[in-house]
Amino acid sequence: MAGLHKSEVANPVLNWIDTRLPVITMIQKEYGVFPTPKNFNYFWNFGALAMVNLAIMIATGVFLAMNYTAHTTMAFDSVERIMRDVNYGWLIRYVHANGATMFFVVVYIHIFRGMYYGSYKKPRELLWMIGVVILLLMMATAFMGYVLPWGQMSYWGATVITNLFSAIPVVGESVVQWLWGGFSVDNPTLNRFFSLHYLLPFVLTGVIFLHVAALHVTGSNNPLGIEVKGPQDTLPFHPYYTMKDSVGICVYLLVFAALVFFAPNFFIAPDNYIPANPLSTPAEIVPEWYFLPFYAILRSVPNKLGGVCMMFGAIAVLFILPWLDTSPVRSCKFRPIYRILMGVLVVSLVVLGMVGAHRPEGIWVALGRLCTAYYFLHFLVLLPILGKLEKPLPLPESISRAVLSVGGGPLPRGAAAKPMEKI
Amino acid sequence: MRGMSLAAVGALFGLLVAVPAMAQENTPPPEVKWSFNGPFGTFDRAAAQRGYQIYHEVCSNCHSLKEAYYRDLSGIGLSPTQIAATAASVNVPTISDDGEPAERPALPADHFRSPFPNEKAARAANNGALPPDLSVIEKAREGGADYIHGILTGYGDPPAGMKIGAGLYYNKYFPGHQIAMPQPLHDGQVTFADGAPNNIDEMAKDVATYLTYISEPELEQRKRLGVKMVLFLAILGGLTYAVKRKVWADVEH
Repeated sequence: MAGLHKSEVANPVLNWIDTRLPVITMIQKEYGVFPTPKNFNYFWNFGALAMVNLAIMIATGVFLAMNYTAHTTMAFDSVERIMRDVNYGWLIRYVHANGATMFFVVVYIHIFRGMYYGSYKKPRELLWMIGVVILLLMMATAFMGYVLPWGQMSYWGATVITNLFSAIPVVGESVVQWLWGGFSVDNPTLNRFFSLHYLLPFVLTGVIFLHVAALHVTGSNNPLGIEVKGPQDTLPFHPYYTMKDSVGICVYLLVFAALVFFAPNFFIAPDNYIPANPLSTPAEIVPEWYFLPFYAILRSVPNKLGGVCMMFGAIAVLFILPWLDTSPVRSCKFRPIYRILMGVLVVSLVVLGMVGAHRPEGIWVALGRLCTAYYFLHFLVLLPILGKLEKPLPLPESISRAVLSVGGGPLPRGAAAKPMEKI
Repeated sequence: MRGMSLAAVGALFGLLVAVPAMAQENTPPPEVKWSFNGPFGTFDRAAAQRGYQIYHEVCSNCHSLKEAYYRDLSGIGLSPTQIAATAASVNVPTISDDGEPAERPALPADHFRSPFPNEKAARAANNGALPPDLSVIEKAREGGADYIHGILTGYGDPPAGMKIGAGLYYNKYFPGHQIAMPQPLHDGQVTFADGAPNNIDEMAKDVATYLTYISEPELEQRKRLGVKMVLFLAILGGLTYAVKRKVWADVEH
């Protein structure tokens, strides 16, 4: 019959399905035998961990939504009711609230890995850009989720962040009122944030599907940053990487459990357990830790519009990163100078995070400006120049040869004759 | 390379730890060894019950516990009879059969009675200040139970030269050191059936224990479940790692 898939699945029922809708063949192709570089380190766990985290967030979020009331007079109490009266409601909510923290930890490490090993370079530029879209969607979702408990930080955080749009010339005020659905953050704002907070994770899921689809076209990068030369360089995804990812998932869940069960409020500002009060501004309005570096960049610029532009610019430079980096070599392993600069970038981001948590006074202002300057200097000036000046270390000829020689450098001809065919 | 990336991960975690420990210019309250601290912590039932008695006799004159129910007292060891009796000793507002506002004795399923019908009444009775609801107070203040204990014991004479505003009191641990609440606890104020010491410090600890329970009634269950989860995941992780080693044993990588 025309168009039917020739399935090789043995089970007759599954074969019947697979003939008409070859999902089993697809899973076997993409997650069973999918050829994966054999030299991944544990940094390559974090993509899978992010997937697991998303699933946890959606699962807990659906049950929270069943018990949550999106109204300014009831939201705070409904969250407390979840904590006290819903069976295991405290567990669901603490997993969801700390899940956001875990999600950003995992995704920030995932992004660091992509940058350190040059995963954004040709041919994976689009894969990387889709990843940046995912980061933006995550940030929007996390921000709106933080507003829902309607505590003091929810309210004032929402006020500060939505007010950023008032920096837009001419139409700023109108845009902000349109976002609020009124003249201040109020019930219409809470309602639309709840609606969007439920919607965006599914948009996120769709974009993540594109991210994975693009990944399965180019194949994964690897710690050496060199292309796969043939079957001797790869392993089937299952069982090798399903097993390795499982180890990572166990460690991840262990950290997650320690946080949820023993320090569930570690990352939650005490002020957010005070019901929102438009008449009383908290002493300090501090965003969640994962926004702090960007908050610090925002505050490092004395001009409001300038600060907003720099903050969004900090994400925008990531979009064009594949073209800012002019070096043909991917992995930091072979780029001695870039490796140092990556270290400096991480340090400056950590410092920016600390700056964001402190009042902008004294040393923190200077530190914030210095690190903001380095952030943009790194991407816009150093990266393009470095690609031309840096002398990369010699690259190994192939993954399997590098694996055989401990040093990682190229082997003398014929020294690595032992083939890897048994795999 | 490996050292480098480890350093980077370490730095990221450093950020996570550094951020919530933001500088507070206020005097931090003294740290108390609470029975509910640590992964195996439980509430000291006797202290929590004394704390409830203090709340009932003293705090509840001004502070509500809106989110909590009388039935929640089972978590600190009160029997159903005791809960019904203590609830019945309080009258809560209701609507009579004639449709008129009335009062009836509270039931275990009722929320704790709020001392004031609304915010304006509360402010009118308290010199313009609003006594905060204490349902989640332990989670809502930097320092948690230590802070509650600190505030209750932190009264005293202001340092020389400090001007205290009208209707305000000096408190060492209150942010800004000027608090609208008059000193609520005094030595010997409440008499306990178990003969426990009733000086300010001991009573403050009892109140902090009780209010921590009210803020986090799930705490004991959470920690018990947590210990099981961590043990389970450690074993599962070990087994998974062993299987991974076995699967990868024949691959040079």
